[in-house]
Amino acid sequence: MSKQLESHIPEGPVKDKWTKAKFENKLVNPANKRKFKVLVVGTGLAGASAAATLSELGYQVQSFCFQDSPRRAHSIAAQGGINAAKNYQGDGDSVHRLFYDTVKGGDFRSREANVHRLAEVSSNIVDQCVAQGVPFAREYGGLLDNRSFGGAQVSRTFYAKGQTGQQLLIGAYSALMKEVSTGSVELFTRREMLELVVIDGKARGIIVRNLITGGMETYMGDAVMLCTGGYGNVFYLSTNAMGSNVTATWRAHKKGAYFANPCYTQIHPTCIPVHGEYQSKLTLMSESLRNDGRVWVPEAKNDKRKASDIPEEERDYYLERKYPSFGNLVPRDIASRNAKYVCDEGKGVGATGLAVYLDFSDSIKRLGQKTIENRYGNLFDMYEQITGSSPYEEPMMIYPAVHYTMGGLWVDYNLMTSIPGLFCLGEANFSDHGANRLGASALMQGLSDGYFVAPYTLGNYLAQQDLAQVDATHPDAVKALSSAQERIDKLLAIKGERTVDDFHKELGLLLWDKCGMSRNEAGLKEALVKIPKIRDEFWENVNVMGSPGELNQTLEKAGRVADFLEFGELMVKDALERKESCGGHFREESQTEGGEALRDDENFAHVAAWEFNGVGEVPILHKEALIFENVALAQRSYK
Amino acid sequence: MSNAAKKINLNLKVWRQKNAEDKGYFDVYKAEGIDQDASFLEMLDVVNEGLSKQGKDPIAFDHDCREGICGMCGAVVNGHAHGPKAKTTLCQLHMRTFSNGQTLVIEPFRSRALPVQKDLIVDRSAFDRVIASGGFISVRTGSVQDANNIPVEKKSADLAFDAASCIGCAACVAACPNASAMLFVSAKVSHLALLPQGQPERSRRVLGMVEQMDTEGFGNCSNEYQCEAACPKGISVQNIARMNRDYAHARFTSED
Ligand SMILES: Cc1cc2nc3c(=O)[nH]c(=O)nc-3n(C[C@H](O)[C@H](O)[C@H](O)COP(=O)(O)OP(=O)(O)OC[C@H]3O[C@@H](n4cnc5c(N)ncnc54)[C@H](O)[C@@H]3O)c2cc1C
Ligand code: FES
Repeated sequence: MSKQLESHIPEGPVKDKWTKAKFENKLVNPANKRKFKVLVVGTGLAGASAAATLSELGYQVQSFCFQDSPRRAHSIAAQGGINAAKNYQGDGDSVHRLFYDTVKGGDFRSREANVHRLAEVSSNIVDQCVAQGVPFAREYGGLLDNRSFGGAQVSRTFYAKGQTGQQLLIGAYSALMKEVSTGSVELFTRREMLELVVIDGKARGIIVRNLITGGMETYMGDAVMLCTGGYGNVFYLSTNAMGSNVTATWRAHKKGAYFANPCYTQIHPTCIPVHGEYQSKLTLMSESLRNDGRVWVPEAKNDKRKASDIPEEERDYYLERKYPSFGNLVPRDIASRNAKYVCDEGKGVGATGLAVYLDFSDSIKRLGQKTIENRYGNLFDMYEQITGSSPYEEPMMIYPAVHYTMGGLWVDYNLMTSIPGLFCLGEANFSDHGANRLGASALMQGLSDGYFVAPYTLGNYLAQQDLAQVDATHPDAVKALSSAQERIDKLLAIKGERTVDDFHKELGLLLWDKCGMSRNEAGLKEALVKIPKIRDEFWENVNVMGSPGELNQTLEKAGRVADFLEFGELMVKDALERKESCGGHFREESQTEGGEALRDDENFAHVAAWEFNGVGEVPILHKEALIFENVALAQRSYK
Repeated sequence: MSNAAKKINLNLKVWRQKNAEDKGYFDVYKAEGIDQDASFLEMLDVVNEGLSKQGKDPIAFDHDCREGICGMCGAVVNGHAHGPKAKTTLCQLHMRTFSNGQTLVIEPFRSRALPVQKDLIVDRSAFDRVIASGGFISVRTGSVQDANNIPVEKKSADLAFDAASCIGCAACVAACPNASAMLFVSAKVSHLALLPQGQPERSRRVLGMVEQMDTEGFGNCSNEYQCEAACPKGISVQNIARMNRDYAHARFTSED
């Protein structure tokens, strides 16, 4: 049943592939570019950089986002930094090392060719951002500062205090607004994409809902780029912004785009623990804290003493104990899983017992409070603001939380999905991080896709097309519009008893429990029985207030949750199918004696790309084999 | 996360307005059993869950990151933009700031240039148009030099960063008795004016952005400094002085 997916990876040595591809790509004649219209959905790092660059090249661009301004996309929240193989610190970094670290960090489940291209363009990204005026941290000599991040053994991370994401996004947004000012990008804010229009097998348009008026609108073009971010909010609680959703990619999936590795989700080890029923989101505490904080729990179970009353010899610094060479800096998946283990053993701290300490007292003693304040002052303040406790005085309490989704729409080397003319960039695609993303690599990938990859590969696609003239009256566009409208009418007509959030929480808890940090066959099978039931009840008993023709936030949420309820099932199915452990996907049945993730390269060194086959129907699995020619497959070891 | 979080009851007086054309009015609600560890927006969530269950229209408010960085949230609470706590967005304001039985008057950020769209949601697209009038450096993707070929004195870099930390929430406009956007515009102008990369377009930028700011209908600055007090990111009014100097200089040199 499985057919080979065509990934269009160029022939030749990995380090020459991108150069070769750029040369062999067909070009669109400059005078013809303005005849093509590209619809770019999303204005995060991926979408804003793509829209700006395509417009600079001469294409007509229409840019969409659901927030009131492109500058508010979820990328704004990234804290820690962005990687680039600049080797400014002279500590032995190189394109090859960044490539190697990323393939290994992804637990050998990403495509070598894509990752190498990412490492190659990483330097250009930082150059571009600086030219735009991004105020990265600098040294006294005026040159750029770097830090080591997320367990990397070189200092290759560029940062702007704790708000790297905001600064990079303002850079990309300003590039976008520069193009808006010339009229070559048209901006459509407060629009939510609800359908993809496919004509003659090609992506030709989108249906959006105007979130202010409630009106449905059709936009047609020659290609569509989905840059709509990750689906972490399927778990209800996550570090993602409240509006982050799977709707755009899911609706595209239902129109034929394959969804790849949906079960790969990243659980970030350092977040503020859950503390109440009312809680709407989880707050990330930057991973950089692990550079100076030591993670521990009490040796004894159910130890309710205050941290400061627990003597040194009665503490278990479990990461330092189990992983002497990486210690507190082990990759995210390992740090998270170990926090779960100690809490499952009953050694967790705090009111719920679902937390571990991240303790700065040794660093404060060694380096002085001033230094720690300079490094983490704003994070400590944020922690105190949320929890009411000061990390200078008491250790922080942290617990893992859903943070990033490595899975996404399947794309070939050119970032095109299985629907011709539909491209997918940034967190929304599956392409570069394998089964686990390294810190500071998502920002890099978003900007790489948008500034440096898609602008080339789009031209290659368009140059080979002979696209018919179509407009919003095309029967397929009309059909897409009415199906989006019908769904909205259906939601509003249910008038049931339970709120949208109620369903979202139920789904989220189930997924966190059965398809979160640790998964097993029985649990996944149980979830597969329960999800359709929740979904059925949703469609019978949800209460969506208000009318369609107005600003209606409950309706917006309901549409997103409806999609999560379909998507969640695919995620679990994928997790069940992948019987190995790898990166963030930990199958209890597949572990080493020491409890580490045990891959099964013989049977699972592939990308699982799912084809939609109807809601509740068994999806069709396509496998793309992953071939490692440059990095030897090995069991990851951080001991 | 203090071990025994206290629950409080509040009386809310909330601005309700169906859409931009509607006149709007205050309605009163009870917020009961609110955990003091909850954020202000989580308190509104609880109230909205209650309203939905009673079949009433929930209160519309903007929000996304809930981490104080996207600039999406914001309302005036008891006369303070983003509430009574300094340097805090509404989403990062926690209910331990308030006491049991307190009455909270909650209104949208009001200004002629930021029309209300529904309840607490306002239209801030004027800010985007100000940025499109010059708030950028005109470099094309790819046509740039190595990042370290542009050294920047650390002091300027830090000042530029401080200006760039503006989240575009519009609290400054809401707090200003004249509904001036000077703090926002000057932060944007300063961020680029303080960097070597921003020099070639420095005059053009400030002229364009100030002109657009006036076109949008924002008021004038009369040095009230309410904006700085309300700014969740602590943007300094020194940026306004810097912009005024730049503007005067640009006007002077651009007359030909
Ligand atoms: C708290 C936090 C901290 C992080 N820190 C780091 C870090 O330090 N370093 C790092 O590398 N990565 C970090 N990440 C990850 C990184 O920020 C994201 O992966 C990345 O920014 C995603 O960018 P994007 O452009 O793909 O999507 P996003 O920035 O999520 O943008 C999505 C866009 O799509 C639009 N959209 C979505 N759905 C629709 C729809 N249906 N219709 C219309 N528009 C739609 C939205 O409006 C938005 O404009 C962090 C993530 C979080 C949550
Ligand atoms: S919701 Fe993003 S700043 Fe408050």
